Amino acid sequence: MSSLRSPLGEALGRGSAHAGTAHWWRQRVSAVALIPLTLWFLLSLLMLPDLSYLTVRAWLATPFSAFLAMLLVVVLAYHAELGTRVVVEDYVHAPGMRTLILQLLRWVYVLGAGLAVFAILRITFAAPVT
Amino acid sequence: MAEFKLPANSTVRKDGRLFKAPAEAKNVRVFRIYRYDPDSPENPRMDTYEVDMDSCGPMVLDALIKIKNEIDSTLTFRRSCREGICGSCAMNIDGRNGLACISACADVKNEVRIYPLPHLPVIKDLVPDLTAFYAQYASIKPWLQTRTPAPPDAERLQSKEDQLKVDRPSACILCACCSTSCPSYWWNSDRYLGPAALLAAYRWIVDSRDEASGERLDELMDPFRLYRCHTIMNCTEACPKDLNPAQAIGQIKQMLAHREH
Repeated sequence: MSSLRSPLGEALGRGSAHAGTAHWWRQRVSAVALIPLTLWFLLSLLMLPDLSYLTVRAWLATPFSAFLAMLLVVVLAYHAELGTRVVVEDYVHAPGMRTLILQLLRWVYVLGAGLAVFAILRITFAAPVT
Repeated sequence: MAEFKLPANSTVRKDGRLFKAPAEAKNVRVFRIYRYDPDSPENPRMDTYEVDMDSCGPMVLDALIKIKNEIDSTLTFRRSCREGICGSCAMNIDGRNGLACISACADVKNEVRIYPLPHLPVIKDLVPDLTAFYAQYASIKPWLQTRTPAPPDAERLQSKEDQLKVDRPSACILCACCSTSCPSYWWNSDRYLGPAALLAAYRWIVDSRDEASGERLDELMDPFRLYRCHTIMNCTEACPKDLNPAQAIGQIKQMLAHREH
C-alpha cells in the first residue's frame, strides 16, 4: 500500500524460480508408489496368524518383508515431506519462519525414516528370535 | 501466517440500516447488501433493502439498479453491459461469485445476500480493487509473440482445429470471479497468479501462431506462480462463462512435466 512500485512491478516480483515441476511430479509418483506398498503392508499384517510381537517381528525379519518395509518407510517420509512443504508454503508467510519450519520438518522426516530403516535392518540382520 | 480473521477495520457492524418496502407492495424480496464508505471512519455494515419485485426486473443487477435509482442512491457498484459480456458486475451473491446481470433473483432462496468479490481490498460498497489482478494478467504478456515476421500481404494463418484450442479460453472476460473464489489465491495472491491469469497464459501457450510457448512456460514454472494451484476447482465452479480454468492449469502442469521427459 505504501509502496510507489508499479502494480506490474509488484506482480512480476523477483521473477520465476524456474522450479516446482520436479516437486509436483515426484509428489505424484510417490503417491502412486505408496498404493501398492501400503496395500502390501496392510494385507501382509492381516494375513499373519496373529499380531503378537514375536509373529510380526519374525515376518519383518524375512528379506522380502524387510526390503519392502524399508521402501515403504522411505517413500512415505519422502511423500510426507513433499506434501507438508506445500501446506507450509500455503499458510506460513514470514520468509524466515517458513524456512525454519521447512527445515525442521525435513529433518524430522529424515530422522524418522532413518530410525525406522535402522530398526528394520537390526531386526532382519539380528539372530532369529527363538 | 495466512490471515484467517478479518482485520479490525473490516469487521462487519451489526447495525445496518433498513429500507422498508412501500406498504402497497405485495411481492417483496429482502436484499442484504455489504456497505463500506471509505470517507467515513466507520466499519462496513450490512444494509437491508426490501424490494417490490412486481416493479423490478428478474436479475440481481435489476434489483441493484432499482435500489440505486429509487431507494438509496449512495449504493455503489460496477455495471455496464447487463448481458454477461463485460464482467463489471462480478460480486458475491448468496455465497457464490457470479455476475449480477445474469444471476436471477429467483435462483436465490430467502434473502439475497450480496458482498463484493472475496479477499480483495474494497474501494467502496460492492467495488473491489482489481489493480493487482489486472497487473497479474499483464505479467503473463497476453499478446501474440513471434519471431517469424508476419506475411507482408496476409494474416498469420491458423487451422480450424488450432483455432478450436483457443476458442473457449479466449472467451474469458476477466471478471475475477474465478481467482477470488480460489482459497489458494486468498492466501497467496501476492505470488500465485490465480486461475484467470493462468487461463490467459494457457490461451497463448496453445495458440499455434505464438512462438513463445517455451518462454511462457519458463515464466510460469514456479512453486508459487503456478503450483499454488491444488486443483480445488472453485474456479471452474465459479466461472459465469462456463470456462474451465482448472483444466487449463492442469494442462500447463502436464506440458511442463512432458518437456522434462
